[in-house]
Amino acid sequence: MADEAVRPLDTAPGTSSWRTVDIIVTAVLGVAFGVLFWLWSLLYTAATPVFVGFPPSQAAMYGVWLLAAVVAPLIVRKPGAALFAELIGATVEALLGSHFGTTVILYGLLQGAAAELGFAAFRYRRSGWLQALLAAALAGLAAALLDFHFYYPDWTAGWKTGYLALVVSSTVVIAGIGGMALTRALRASGALSSFAAGRTRV
Amino acid sequence: MTPAAVRLTGWGFRHATRRAWAVRDVDLAVAPGERVLLTGASGSGKSTLLRALAGLLDPEAGDPAGKLTVDGAVPDRRRQRVGVVFQDPDSQLVMIRAGDDVAFGLENTGTPPALIWPAVDAALDAVGFDLGRDRATAALSGGQKQRLVLAGALAARPGLLLLDEPTAQLDPGGAAQVRTAVLRAVDARDATLVVVDHDVESWLPLVDRVVELLPGGGTVEHGPGWRPAPPRLPVRQQHSPGEQLLAAEAAGYTHRGSGSAGLRPTDVVLRAGRTLAVTGPNGTGKSTLALLLAGLRAPTTGRVTAGPALTAGLRRPERPPHRWRAADLVQRIGTVFQQPEHQFLTGRVRDELALGAGSTRRAEELMERLGLAALAEANPFTLSGGQQRRLSVATALATAPRVLVLDEPTFGQDRETWAELVALLAEQQDGDRALCLVTHDAGVVTALADDVLALGVA
Amino acid sequence: MSSPLALGPARPVPLSAVNPVAQLTAIVVVTVVLLVSGDLVTPAVLLAAELALLPAAGLTRPGDVLRRTWPLLLSAAGVAWVNVAFGSLSGAAAWASGATWALRVVALSLPGILLVASTDPVRLADALTLHWRVSTRFGYGALAGLRLVPLLAAEFETIRLARRARGVDAGINPVAHARLLASTSFALLVGAIRRGTRLATAMDARGFDSGTARTNARGSQLRPLDTGFVAAAVLVCAAAVTVSVLTGRWDPALG
Repeated sequence: MADEAVRPLDTAPGTSSWRTVDIIVTAVLGVAFGVLFWLWSLLYTAATPVFVGFPPSQAAMYGVWLLAAVVAPLIVRKPGAALFAELIGATVEALLGSHFGTTVILYGLLQGAAAELGFAAFRYRRSGWLQALLAAALAGLAAALLDFHFYYPDWTAGWKTGYLALVVSSTVVIAGIGGMALTRALRASGALSSFAAGRTRV
Repeated sequence: MTPAAVRLTGWGFRHATRRAWAVRDVDLAVAPGERVLLTGASGSGKSTLLRALAGLLDPEAGDPAGKLTVDGAVPDRRRQRVGVVFQDPDSQLVMIRAGDDVAFGLENTGTPPALIWPAVDAALDAVGFDLGRDRATAALSGGQKQRLVLAGALAARPGLLLLDEPTAQLDPGGAAQVRTAVLRAVDARDATLVVVDHDVESWLPLVDRVVELLPGGGTVEHGPGWRPAPPRLPVRQQHSPGEQLLAAEAAGYTHRGSGSAGLRPTDVVLRAGRTLAVTGPNGTGKSTLALLLAGLRAPTTGRVTAGPALTAGLRRPERPPHRWRAADLVQRIGTVFQQPEHQFLTGRVRDELALGAGSTRRAEELMERLGLAALAEANPFTLSGGQQRRLSVATALATAPRVLVLDEPTFGQDRETWAELVALLAEQQDGDRALCLVTHDAGVVTALADDVLALGVA
Repeated sequence: MSSPLALGPARPVPLSAVNPVAQLTAIVVVTVVLLVSGDLVTPAVLLAAELALLPAAGLTRPGDVLRRTWPLLLSAAGVAWVNVAFGSLSGAAAWASGATWALRVVALSLPGILLVASTDPVRLADALTLHWRVSTRFGYGALAGLRLVPLLAAEFETIRLARRARGVDAGINPVAHARLLASTSFALLVGAIRRGTRLATAMDARGFDSGTARTNARGSQLRPLDTGFVAAAVLVCAAAVTVSVLTGRWDPALG
């Protein structure tokens, strides 16, 4: 019991009252994913030759960068969790020095905001598969649109559609499904006992 | 700063997610300025009681019963009258510099900046922390960190000081420092002290009363001459030294980039049938020695060699243990880490044991022997501290290694689990096996060790 | 700690005298300018200015510089190489393009590194909460979370050893490596969340969630030096663009 937060039961999931434990754990998730993002961006750069036949296909690797935006709200269940986690993750990635420079912070902000919409659509009351996949898809959409603006403004509509489809698929699979699986594994380990919404007695 | 009075009448609490009551029927009155030790078996609800006193128990998170008051009022979220110190210093220090951390609590309560720093200095002085405000918190020893946490709790001059096993994660030197600091801090009797700990002997000289919480509910007040019953030590079988299994010759270790040695060159011999205890103050490299013997780290000077009994069956027997493949290592040398959670690989107790044992039958046997059968389907991370420790020892034994290396096996254990663990380890002391225990715990040394190696003694 | 994200109390260096929010403002200005410039000259000039600030951030020895910037240099080299080897241009144009990208990456990220090297994280939190009115709960909550990071780095190594002791190591098989990394990272994440939960309780025990308005024991001052710093940043950017226009290389590409 000593591991539980001051308010172990989140009696108001979805309301905007962030408990201290919500803030700290979101920050920790942001930092942990930030380091992962940085490693992934190194890998992305190194793996470019593999996709040289059709560079946009490298979008398949995209999903990892959106994990924070999906996992944080699934765990913490507060409005703004996606945004806060992505912001911190992007800042850590930028500080460690990534290929994309400080633009990752802009990306993080917008991707986080897009993921928020996925949860906001259900008024933050539910955090299940549907919400996770929707948030992942919306975040992927935001990322693809940002890429069109910054990197690929001259593509044809056909290429853009293809790229969009790839990015969204990657985010839905990696960040949506993968993120949900990670959250469930964390829940099984008992680490998330402070985020329990249930009142079933054991 | 006026000391607070504490009063509990028929108090109990049940967590919303549990059917059983955490605490029941507690009647307790603590006069202002008194010092009380609250003890009891694990599961008796000591920590829950302490958190309730600190105002950290959310009434919506369960069902309270009876009355609990501090200075006549229900402890509330503003908590200005109470200072709390928990077990793990690293989970309590918030800031990067010592002085800032002590100031943290004062900032939270809206204290004007001009008043903060004098209070910080007074608190640091009260606990005997003389390293200065700008010392990095990350560079402190365990005892220093806990004293800093204590200073943070004292800075607001609370009327009630609550300590939840504050020395459980410290070595004897650090623990003594902390107890001295507590004594200094409450010396003038201007705060009431409630200490929750199962290490009764150490706290007895500092407190006025001892109250024990009974697992079924209710309390027992112990008189002034009371001593807890000494733990039943297992009957030891002594074996004469058998063949040499592992030897370290002038093995030392220096961290990269650091001038001073982590471990000075040391000679160790582990023989079948004997148990070696490695003791010494923090910083002398005990854990490093354990890693070197376990084949997990390469020595920077000297070498570690395995005897023929261990190298039998290896493809390259001339290689030292740290060059062995992990699969070979685990069959020959079992290692139990300080934090059992670091060694869990699967999501079920049954799977953890099956991983090492190789056959489900052997895994079942082990589960029975170690009392884990009821937990077979549980996730290892959800077990209690004592259960995790037993599981961790079980997984090390699953491969039937000839050598068992344990790093602080009784770390953080209460009386019952301590006795269980010592009994379990005594059972492993047969003629064929060598045990190496790295420990601060003098009780373990007395109960189990055949030979003692004291590091750091000039 | 020798890490790019080292979080110890920074020794005061000349650049520490500049308030963190002034440094952040300058970073925003420089970032915007770099984002809209697609040529080689602008990043080069800005990079030169940033390099000139390295000694002011206490990074005088090449060893120090390398320790903090190796991830960045690795990324930049990667970018340059990818563009040279696989881009649509070839020959000198490819090298120029690669160099542009690389310079841009370094110029974009170096200011952040200067900030981290010269600024104590606590002072940064103080500046953000006092001057830019960032919520104190989020600001100091994030700070407390960040403090756990070096502890996690140490734990990663312990967990890796603990797994070897259980008979799990990766050898040369990349799939096994990936699985080991995933399982170690999972254990680390569990530990981090647990620690964070306990830390949150300790912070609440010290009144963090009491709802009272927080005061700041250290304070944060804005001085003429800070305005001067931001003005200087604007001037340097203007100069960089001017030089670029004058040498005919100005190319306002976005991204």
